[in-house]
Amino acid sequence: MRWLFNLSFRRKIPLWTSFLISFSIFVVGAALMTRAYEDMKSAVVISAENLGHTLANTVAPTLLHDDVWRAFEIVRSPIRGESAQTPVQVDAVVVLARDHQVFVSSDPDTLPMLAEPAALGSDWLQLSARLGAATKWPLVLEPDNSNYLYLALPITDKDAKLGYLVLRYAKSVFHPWFIDTIWQALWIGLLVLAVLIPINWYWGSRMAKPLVDLAQRMGAMLETVPEPLPPDLYPYRDELGQLFQAYDRLVLALRDKAALENEMVKSERLAAIGQLTAGIAHEINNPLAGLITVVDTLKLQRDLAPRALRNLELIDRGLTQIRDTVAALLVQTRVQVRPLNQHDLEDIHTLIQPLVSKRRIRLDWSAAMPAELPAPASLVRQILINLLLNAVQAAAEGGHVSLWLGRKDGSESFLSIVVRNDGALLSDEQLAHLFEPFASTRVGGHGLGLWVTYQIVTQLEGRISARNIDDQVEFVVSLPLGEKPCSTASP
Amino acid sequence: MTQSIPNLLPNRNRRRWLINSVCLTAAGLIGLTHKARATGNKLRVGMTPAFLHNEYSLLDEWREFMAASLQRPVEFIQRDSYRETMDLLRLEKLDFAWICDYPYLHLKQEVRLLAVPLYQERPYYRSYLIVRKDNTQFKSMADLSGSVFAYADPYSNTGYLAPRYHIRNLGHDPATFFRKTFFTWSHRKVVEAVASGLAQGGAVDSYIRDTLVHVEPELALRTRVVWRSPEYGFPPFVSHRSVSIADYQQMQKHLLDMSASEKGRSLLARLNLDGFTLGSPQLYDGVASMMRVFGEA
Repeated sequence: MRWLFNLSFRRKIPLWTSFLISFSIFVVGAALMTRAYEDMKSAVVISAENLGHTLANTVAPTLLHDDVWRAFEIVRSPIRGESAQTPVQVDAVVVLARDHQVFVSSDPDTLPMLAEPAALGSDWLQLSARLGAATKWPLVLEPDNSNYLYLALPITDKDAKLGYLVLRYAKSVFHPWFIDTIWQALWIGLLVLAVLIPINWYWGSRMAKPLVDLAQRMGAMLETVPEPLPPDLYPYRDELGQLFQAYDRLVLALRDKAALENEMVKSERLAAIGQLTAGIAHEINNPLAGLITVVDTLKLQRDLAPRALRNLELIDRGLTQIRDTVAALLVQTRVQVRPLNQHDLEDIHTLIQPLVSKRRIRLDWSAAMPAELPAPASLVRQILINLLLNAVQAAAEGGHVSLWLGRKDGSESFLSIVVRNDGALLSDEQLAHLFEPFASTRVGGHGLGLWVTYQIVTQLEGRISARNIDDQVEFVVSLPLGEKPCSTASP
Repeated sequence: MTQSIPNLLPNRNRRRWLINSVCLTAAGLIGLTHKARATGNKLRVGMTPAFLHNEYSLLDEWREFMAASLQRPVEFIQRDSYRETMDLLRLEKLDFAWICDYPYLHLKQEVRLLAVPLYQERPYYRSYLIVRKDNTQFKSMADLSGSVFAYADPYSNTGYLAPRYHIRNLGHDPATFFRKTFFTWSHRKVVEAVASGLAQGGAVDSYIRDTLVHVEPELALRTRVVWRSPEYGFPPFVSHRSVSIADYQQMQKHLLDMSASEKGRSLLARLNLDGFTLGSPQLYDGVASMMRVFGEA
């Protein structure tokens, strides 16, 4: 039995509703059948009573005068042949004398004259017993295990009881009629079922499908964050719909949480890298400054051999490169704060123009900004140059790069920069390590551009993100506007 | 069925009956006392269940034929039992009647023998004892002792007197021989009572039972004849003694001549008779002797 309750709703709902429909039809049908049977019986009794009264009155004089033949003609008159078999057709009419002997019957072969009730079988014994005790007329008797229904009336003449008139009805005649009714009801019932069951299966499956979907997704939730449900799966506002909405909210919250965790891991890693690099850079910077000073001093001596001089210059260039690299790693945001103005943007446009032309890039420039914005001009310039150069180099030869700069949705407190290029899309692996130093995606790149940009943005308490969208790679920077103290890269 | 004759007769008969009733009343008013004369020259003929008296169209044709032959109006008066017809004769409400031999002997003082029908060329018939065909245990009257028995009419010879005489000859008392007896008031209905099983045995007129075998074989052949009585004189046509000699002779001539005309022969054929003969009261001596045995004559 338990397996029945373990079935999927997809089966259980249609099964249960089908069962309920069938059960209801059966119960209603059975009630109607019972009623029909009772109605038929009462119709028989009413018809029998009418006939009985007429016959009892007519037959009374023949009993008084012992006129058997007249009585026989009277009791035989309502009997018809085999052809007229209706439930209200009387099967036999019997006149019993006062002593319950048969005076005359319409069927002398089975109910002969002068026969005692005992000789006629148990039906007549029961009837005889009831006749003696009866006070209410007509007496209707349906003996147990009998195929007949009996109705009895007294035959009287001026209050003197002369005998009894008994009408016998064959149930075998009204059974076929009743069975006809049952068949008819059965066909109608089957027809209704044939219409209702498919509708019910369709409705039940439809009802169960979202539930089944939901159960599957919930089951998978521990392993991975599932997709939200398709919005057209169950577009209604009942409890089920509310459940699905709650599920969707849960899924979205889980996805946000996962993204946040991802982001945190990334920023923590970047922060650790920043600390490490800053530490190393400081450790290098101190001896490096001494070394450079020594080399400069040595170069000032006039009696140096040309070969020594060449070596010194070699050392000088090497040390300068080390200083530049370390300087690049040590992002300095502590600069004088000048607000960003339109000239800065024009400068940047001019600066990248040669490379754009060289690679035949189509550049969309959309910078909607007032004359001045309360943002640190040099840092924003560096961010823009880094991102744009990066985009121009990433784009295919003759490709497309776009810049959008402005305040998103009219925001007063944030400046948004969106740079897109149509170069190769970034892989998940690349996206995960994009802002780490020396993580160049490009042959020949030193991989510090995005690192520096990231450092600047985070130090300005802004946000930077990258994603693939519409077959393009998009970088979005969001910077808070307003006067605020800028910290250095070093903690 | 026989109670409703006036309703089943053609309308003109009912009209005529009405007119006659009015005439009768008028005649009574002007003081005509002789009942037989009260209807003017119309002849009133009583018909009894001595033959298949439910053949209404046959009776109607016979009456028209008789009226045309006698050239005077004729009225057929039917009653269900012999007794009623006998009463009408006694009360002189009938001029002529076709009655059974037994009533004839009862009414011998009031009626005269007119003519006797010829059945199978002879003026005789018998009583049959019939039982149901499928009931093979009854082979004679003795086997029917203690059974239910159907008589035709208390004034019928073949349907009452003859079987009782036979029982008496067998050494039994006819009053106690059967468990129960009843009258059907018609020979045809005796056949019906036996065929339906209401009675185990019945006494019936041989002429009627044999005619039924032709007319209603499905009914008649459900019965079987187990005993045949000696021959008795056929139920005669009689006239009341008050009928004038002229009328008596006219009617007698009509009956005797019936087989001479085509129409008469066709009517006789339908009655399953061959004609009429004068007959004589001696024909009925056998019945008279049976009556004497029962102390009735």
